[in-house]
Amino acid sequence: MQPRSSWDCSSRALMHNIYLKDETDIEGWRAAARRLIAHGITPQEVDWYVGPARDAAVQADFFAMADDATNLPAAPSSIVDQENNAGIAPPNIFAGQPGIPAEGRSLMVPRQFVELVRSVILHCAPERFGLLYRVLWRLQQERGLMRLAGDADVARLNAMTKAVRRDMHKMTAFVRFREAMVEGRPRYLAWFEPEHHIMAAIAPFFIGRFAAMDWTIMSPRMGMRWDGNMLHFLPGGKPGALPAEDAGEALWMSYYRHIFNPARLKLKAMQKEMPKKYWHNLPEAELITSLIAGAGMRTQAMLERAPEPPRRKVIGYQRKPRRPDIAGGNE
Amino acid sequence: MQVKRKLEILADAAKYDASCASSGTERRNSRDGKGIGSTTGTGICHSYAPDGRCISLLKILLTNFCVYDCVYCVNRVSSNVPRARFSIDEVVQLTLAFYRRNYIEGLFLSSGIIQSPDYTMEQVVEVARILREEHGFRGYIHLKTIPDADPDLLARAGRYADRLSINIELPTAASLSALAPEKDGAAIRISMARLRERIDAGKDKTVSGKRPPKFSPGGQSTQMIVGADASDDRTILSTSADLYGRYRLRRVYYSAFSPIPDASPALPLQSPPLVREHRLYQADWLMRFYGFESHEIITGEQGMLALDMDPKTAWALQNRAMFPVDLNRAPKSTLLRVPGLGVRNVQRILAARRVRAVRLDDLVHMRAPINRMLPFIQLPDHHPGATLDAASLPVRLKDTHAAPQQLGLFI
Ligand code: SF4
Repeated sequence: MQPRSSWDCSSRALMHNIYLKDETDIEGWRAAARRLIAHGITPQEVDWYVGPARDAAVQADFFAMADDATNLPAAPSSIVDQENNAGIAPPNIFAGQPGIPAEGRSLMVPRQFVELVRSVILHCAPERFGLLYRVLWRLQQERGLMRLAGDADVARLNAMTKAVRRDMHKMTAFVRFREAMVEGRPRYLAWFEPEHHIMAAIAPFFIGRFAAMDWTIMSPRMGMRWDGNMLHFLPGGKPGALPAEDAGEALWMSYYRHIFNPARLKLKAMQKEMPKKYWHNLPEAELITSLIAGAGMRTQAMLERAPEPPRRKVIGYQRKPRRPDIAGGNE
Repeated sequence: MQVKRKLEILADAAKYDASCASSGTERRNSRDGKGIGSTTGTGICHSYAPDGRCISLLKILLTNFCVYDCVYCVNRVSSNVPRARFSIDEVVQLTLAFYRRNYIEGLFLSSGIIQSPDYTMEQVVEVARILREEHGFRGYIHLKTIPDADPDLLARAGRYADRLSINIELPTAASLSALAPEKDGAAIRISMARLRERIDAGKDKTVSGKRPPKFSPGGQSTQMIVGADASDDRTILSTSADLYGRYRLRRVYYSAFSPIPDASPALPLQSPPLVREHRLYQADWLMRFYGFESHEIITGEQGMLALDMDPKTAWALQNRAMFPVDLNRAPKSTLLRVPGLGVRNVQRILAARRVRAVRLDDLVHMRAPINRMLPFIQLPDHHPGATLDAASLPVRLKDTHAAPQQLGLFI
């Protein structure tokens, strides 16, 4: 899918509007970025949008026209991996495009950048496309840029990646399935609200773990269902459609209540790793307030309780004599 | 007795084991549609309890009946807590039910000792065998091993488990024989050594390139109770260093002794502040990833770690002559000793300074804890000057959040 673009002469200087197919259109971004660089269009001259071009009259493919023009610099043709000439770049990202002349400048795309693009593109911040383009632009001049974790742009990319990775990790942790019997077969259903656009990216985790199960995870923006053979993407949904608590969930609640040690309260540590924004999706979270409230009294009771003699008859345990093979230990 | 009631009793009995890790093992999945489960390498915490501990595994005892009388333990024979025993099938079904709902990464199973160590260990291993062989379970399994059990049983445990552990329980052999009269420190260490041999052997490829049978790919770990005896932090850390070195443990867990139901009168009334446990973990980290020796880390009085600041800052304050460190010139091992500078940021600085000089602004963008670092570092646009030697520096660097907290504050 070629990105569409148009001339927008409204108020500012000449701007290039790039329309990407969807929120995670990495192919569209890549193709557009390559061509923009090839034509020397600075980051300040580009606006990025998700969705179809708003004005049908300007659907003309800017790039198609531009590529025909002879006075523009030749488009890039090959990738030079600065870090490693073995060409680590994953397929389909920055790979050569048909229709682009095979000579001319090389595009500088270090491997770390390629890796960052794959996760940053999943971030929910609208400025990600422009930021990625700005860094790609700068990389053409500043060869060591990706190694400068203290550079403001690189730091922002690193922070975005971290946020996306954390969101993905938390999704693997906090999805809670409920079991429902449908036509005699168990189906597992969950509702989860990821912060970033990670649903498709996280699917392999759930398939690799629950391949033999029939499961569905719904979110506001999209859903996915694995039927045991195939993954289907579904339109977004509402949380109300979940089945009621099942027997397994009741046992889980008991477990949560009893694995908690009331003599130690570390609420900050808990909330740092399990922030409140996830609580409404976790059945056990509704127990937290009462567990905290009761902890002081339970601990006090343990401390004040006078030691009791054993109520059962205690028969002293007789150790077997040490086996000859472990005689002569080091203590 | 209902499964629910058993679960309550046997989770209550298991919660004093600090470990709930699901990390460090090989990567597996069940993409082939047979069986269920996968492992990730770094592990996943599926929930957190208000005690701040990660809930990654279904952590239960097979039974809390026990013939031993370890004074610190809620399950000792002389305690009056309610008792229960799961059947093997109940544990298997519970694990699978929790796993399918994505509550857990797997199972951490231990047990009180019933009849004999061998009998108990056999039951524990059987749970793991059924999960693996009959249900194709590819999630994480951690088995607590009983040092006195037959070596053949330990060998079988290692075939099914991702991790094995034997608790060292107390920092010294003398404390162990005082508080856990039936346990044998020598037997514990011999079992650890035996596990290490098998774990190491499971990793080596033979000359022909054939993989040896796998054995506890997530290694072994142990737990030490802090504050139940009079051992100081120096003793604890040197025991840990010894255990890491000798038996190549993946982790030593520290568990601050806390009040238990029906405690023995032989125990101290006062439990240690939780922050002591936290400082021990920090010190342990410094030994494993920052090149510190156990004896260097102790800076407080009477062989204890300072409670009011992290051990690295405390160490730096006592070694101010080594500072300021020039972030653009110092070798990696020196950078690792700068307070506030973690392994990741050290790597970033090393990479960046090959391109250009690192400046204050870079640290801000890297979100390093600048205030803690500034007195100890030198940059083209920063020199600590007199602040490094100021008498007021220790007070400034005190960690106010970590002051021992009263329980009442939260209620
Ligand atoms: S052997 Fe000791 S520590 Fe283990 S359950 Fe029995 S009494 Fe507790």
